[in-house]
Amino acid sequence: MKEFDVVIIGSGPGGYICAVRCAQLGLKTAIIEKYNTLGGTCLNVGCIPSKAWLDSSEKYHELTHSFSEHGIHVKDASFDFLKMSARVQKVVTDVSAGISFLMKKNKITVFNGLGTFTDANTILIKNTKGDETITGKKIVIATGSKPTSLPGVVIDKKRIITSTEALSLKEVPKKLIVIGGGVIGLELTSVFKRLGSEVTVIEYADSIIAMMDAELGKNLHKLFVKDGVKFLLGHGVTAVESIGNLVKVKAKDKSSEKIIEIEGDYCLVAVGRRPYTDGLLLENAGVKLDDRGRIETNNYLQTNVPHIYALGDVVKGAMLAHKAEEEGVFVAEVICGQKPHIDYNLIPGVVYTWPEVSSVGLSEEQLKKEGKEYKVGSFPFKASGRARASNEADGFVKVLADKKTDEILGVHMIGPRVADMIAEAVVAMEYRASAEDIARISHAHPTYSEAFKEACLSATDNRALNM
Amino acid sequence: MSLELKIPVIGESVTEVTLSSWMKKDGEYVNEGESVCEIESDKASMELPAPSSGILKILAKAGDELKIGAIIGELDTSAAKPVNQPSIEKTVNAPVIVESKTDKKVEIPSPAAKKILDEKNISAAAVSGTGKDGRITKEDAVNAKAEAVEVTKIATSNGNRQKRNEKMTRLRKTIASKLVEAKNTTAMLTTFNEVDMFALMELRKKYKDTFKEKHGVGLGFMSFFTKACAVAIKDFPSVNAQINGDEIIFHNYVDMGIAVSTPKGLVVPVVRNAETLSLAQIEKEILGLATKARDGKISMDEMSGGTFSITNGGVFGSMLSTPILNIPQSAILGMHNIVERPVAINGQVVIRPIMYLALSYDHRIIDGRESVSFLKKVKELIEDPSRLLLDI
Repeated sequence: MKEFDVVIIGSGPGGYICAVRCAQLGLKTAIIEKYNTLGGTCLNVGCIPSKAWLDSSEKYHELTHSFSEHGIHVKDASFDFLKMSARVQKVVTDVSAGISFLMKKNKITVFNGLGTFTDANTILIKNTKGDETITGKKIVIATGSKPTSLPGVVIDKKRIITSTEALSLKEVPKKLIVIGGGVIGLELTSVFKRLGSEVTVIEYADSIIAMMDAELGKNLHKLFVKDGVKFLLGHGVTAVESIGNLVKVKAKDKSSEKIIEIEGDYCLVAVGRRPYTDGLLLENAGVKLDDRGRIETNNYLQTNVPHIYALGDVVKGAMLAHKAEEEGVFVAEVICGQKPHIDYNLIPGVVYTWPEVSSVGLSEEQLKKEGKEYKVGSFPFKASGRARASNEADGFVKVLADKKTDEILGVHMIGPRVADMIAEAVVAMEYRASAEDIARISHAHPTYSEAFKEACLSATDNRALNM
Repeated sequence: MSLELKIPVIGESVTEVTLSSWMKKDGEYVNEGESVCEIESDKASMELPAPSSGILKILAKAGDELKIGAIIGELDTSAAKPVNQPSIEKTVNAPVIVESKTDKKVEIPSPAAKKILDEKNISAAAVSGTGKDGRITKEDAVNAKAEAVEVTKIATSNGNRQKRNEKMTRLRKTIASKLVEAKNTTAMLTTFNEVDMFALMELRKKYKDTFKEKHGVGLGFMSFFTKACAVAIKDFPSVNAQINGDEIIFHNYVDMGIAVSTPKGLVVPVVRNAETLSLAQIEKEILGLATKARDGKISMDEMSGGTFSITNGGVFGSMLSTPILNIPQSAILGMHNIVERPVAINGQVVIRPIMYLALSYDHRIIDGRESVSFLKKVKELIEDPSRLLLDI
């Protein structure tokens, strides 16, 4: 029986990062992965392939929609869906190989198979080639999450699908019905809309990306509508039915109670994800779940069994790859007696639509609820020279700062490349910068990032220079 | 009309102060002379009075580090006074020492610095940041030292063993760095002697009531020592001199620093031109300054510019000590307790009230001959006070 200092179950961004950090800190480390490839949801059926699709579809969309404004005319533009899909798969394969390399480089032992607790220190790994049992002084559960469905809606994985299937379809849906106006639903809406699908998004809340600052959702909604995406906001789906090549979805208007029925050839269910602990046999280790099926952890991401830790989507908090990565490093360092720290308020959120949406810190709605006095600085990309030059003038940057101290409390962006731009806001907030601090830092011209500086100027004293 | 409130010039060496707290609110009507805020400098903390009556607009935050001349607020002097607010009589405009409050400045560690501090078990409040706005950089955290906490390893005690971290006041920080600077930058050493206090005590016993009656102050020993030092300095001027770069500054006057212990720490008010003062005048000066210092009402000017200092550890019962120079001064006399000791006089062992004297001096400009002779001279003057009268 092989013995390890740390055994990590799950090789997603939380798990594999945790393994690398453990190895860096000198621990004898093992990682267990149920699937054949490392990287978890993020790499195989999440962040990476969706970004690959978004990029390919965006290029086609530009070719057919915005190139002409630049004076570039293309006759008979077309795309090969299967080739696009193959490229996406190659991206996934390459990145996964990169993780395998990282495991080798850091001398981390990789076990393929389903890890199951036999007791609190022992894990049985079930594999078609035979079972193996290993022990760990410390164990880290990083098993992630799976897409969920609505009550009564059965995912058949053919016509009624989740994001996992949507990323490897064999054809472009003609009429796609997306249930859920959150990040995943909208990113895939973007992909298929650009490739020619007619898309209807059904959302129970009255706005899309409802967890972000309301102004972002409002703006993004407007831009989607302009692109021809249909929305049924404030509608609850009551039934989804697949008949042959047809999908029928019934949705009830929350206010009028009127039931609408729409038809499509595919229905994407993107209503959220649930923590995934199936098959772990946590009861053998005595690890407790909370009332929402997540592994219960304390501030050190320690479960009720002190030597077992858990992180990422399987515990409380935002289901984001970069949150899991931070937790991976955190747990490895805690195991080694260090005292790391994560500020969960400063985990940025990003939506890879085009324009992109990103945010960090508190929204105006949260600030109002907390009764905090704040000031708002906003800068539209319309006034940015860089955005003008690229014909990307949609969107804005909004900075919320403490009314008294000028400390930045929240930054909300929608516009070109704001997924990358949000990093500056996170750095600023980690150092508790004031809006004026940013306003006094040189930003290269002409860049999109100037918009953040201008919004900070506007928040400081309403003194944006280019507006 | 609006009047700017600025940090005033408070002493020759003070370039920066901390705004400890606002005593008036933003938008509040303040009367001329009323204290609006409290500032703390390296040397003391003080209240700033409003130069005129008006409505206060606050522009600087409590905790801000400010340069002399920095604008901290505005007074709208055209504003009418609210009817229900009584006018307060003009108070003294001079800055006065007040009890220092705890420093309210928020210390902000960077993410890496926070981890390092947490691991060292050092509170961010105990580290002074060198980053922007006092932010604690990684370097600050790496350099931060925890208080000696070896005690935790002697884990057998069952008693209550709490530790308390308290931020140093500016005054304490200044004292600390001045003392270390004195140790590090001078060639300091100490010479000792003993003085027979018999004659002086007899003199005092004989005249103290008459003295008190005439001058209204008690006749203490400090005035004699001050006088004796001032006289001795005339013979050994280097004891009263200072090094300034490549030059030596000699003073033709003696500004005598008298160390006074206050609740906030040691302060050293200065008796000006001690060489010209009578014993009674010296006693009055000392009494006045010491009272102000203990009440926390002494001004910066009254504490700066001394040329020589006397410290009396004897009041706390010290037998012998080596005082540290009050730089840039070059010498300091240490007085100690008076103890009856057997001494040999003319071949006879007799009991005499003896005080040990210590003179710490900067050997760079005071030679051994001078320091020892100076101290001997002081001893002679005290042992035979009539010499003071005869100037011999």
